[in-house]
Amino acid sequence: MSPAQNPKRPLDEFIKGLWRENPVFIAVLGLCPAMAVTNSLENGLVMGAASTFVLVGSSLFVSLLRKLIPRAVRVPVYIIIIATFVTTVDFVLAALMPVAHKQLGAFISLIVVNCLILGRQEAFASKNPVGLAAADALGMSAGFTVALAMIGGVREILGSGALLGVPLFGDSFEPWAIMILPPGGFLTLGALLTLFAWIKERRAKQEMRRQSGSDQSPVQRRAV
Amino acid sequence: MGELLFIFASASVINNFTLAYFLGLCPFFGVTGRLETAFRLGLANIFVMIITSIASWFLNSFVLPHAPYLRLITFIVVIASSVQFVEMVIKKLSPALFKALGIFLPLITTNCAILGLALFSTNRGYGFVQGLVYALGAGVGLTLALVIMAGLREEIELTNVPKLVRGVAMSFFIAGILSMAFMGFAGLFHGS
Repeated sequence: MSPAQNPKRPLDEFIKGLWRENPVFIAVLGLCPAMAVTNSLENGLVMGAASTFVLVGSSLFVSLLRKLIPRAVRVPVYIIIIATFVTTVDFVLAALMPVAHKQLGAFISLIVVNCLILGRQEAFASKNPVGLAAADALGMSAGFTVALAMIGGVREILGSGALLGVPLFGDSFEPWAIMILPPGGFLTLGALLTLFAWIKERRAKQEMRRQSGSDQSPVQRRAV
Repeated sequence: MGELLFIFASASVINNFTLAYFLGLCPFFGVTGRLETAFRLGLANIFVMIITSIASWFLNSFVLPHAPYLRLITFIVVIASSVQFVEMVIKKLSPALFKALGIFLPLITTNCAILGLALFSTNRGYGFVQGLVYALGAGVGLTLALVIMAGLREEIELTNVPKLVRGVAMSFFIAGILSMAFMGFAGLFHGS
């Protein structure tokens, strides 16, 4: 199917990454950066932006070169393309945002081994034209950034009683120090996954109720 | 000697790669269904880590001073080739294990623990022996985390977990509690 036949397809590819195939919450990929750097919202956003640049850039390149790369050595080629973009991001961040760069430390370099990025090259960019690959990469990285921001936000609010460094509660609030320490990452993601499972289940129940309701009066239901 | 012991203890339990640095989470949640498999994957990881630490010491001493911007690329190429090597050895020696590890064997390449090890020991300026001990400690710590997690998950399978948290969410809660438990090791070297 070419995008000309179905103009909505790039948009679909973009949207699926945000929710239906969200890399962190649904596919549970790219966990290492998702938890290692998300002790504050700002770190999560910087990490999300860096990953976005790497994912979009390498998807474009892999998609452009997809007919030139021999199948047998494709993974090393992808990794070298990704590593090139990560090195760029590393140096750019070190120059522009030295403080954030220091806080994220080795985890910027570790974007190279983010399974999400390699996974998208293998599963999508190597098989699709440039436009679709870019849409998919943008959607996936948007989903990734949103997930990082959610985890980072929850952890910063509970762990330091602030958001983006602005204190939210009065002096009487005792920060849950555990949330900005490593265990907090696991617990926050576990809690978020539980929350999503609950939403999903509730939706499924509503759907079921609606269906059983529509059996009785299909015409009315359709009018609604 | 004391310093080496400290490096080992620090890498294996106090700053456990998986539970404190969040490295190597993919196999941690992916392969820990069976105790046996988890243990063997841990051993494969130790092996790759030791090769990596030797190779990264070599690169750091002889190649990278001339071209620092090649650091990531050379590291990842070295790791990918040593993983390929381990893969061939395991396939030859134990086809059953090769099958059990499945996709997670080639995925050691993208296991952040390995690259993390190379980067951390570079950042800390470890020498050859220190690097080796650090790699050994990190590998043992990773194996320990994998084995504990696999043991717990085998037990969890037999219990009646609420439907909402069954599966991945439950694993995260367990990991969180384990991680808290490992924080206790931080007191190991204080005050002595």
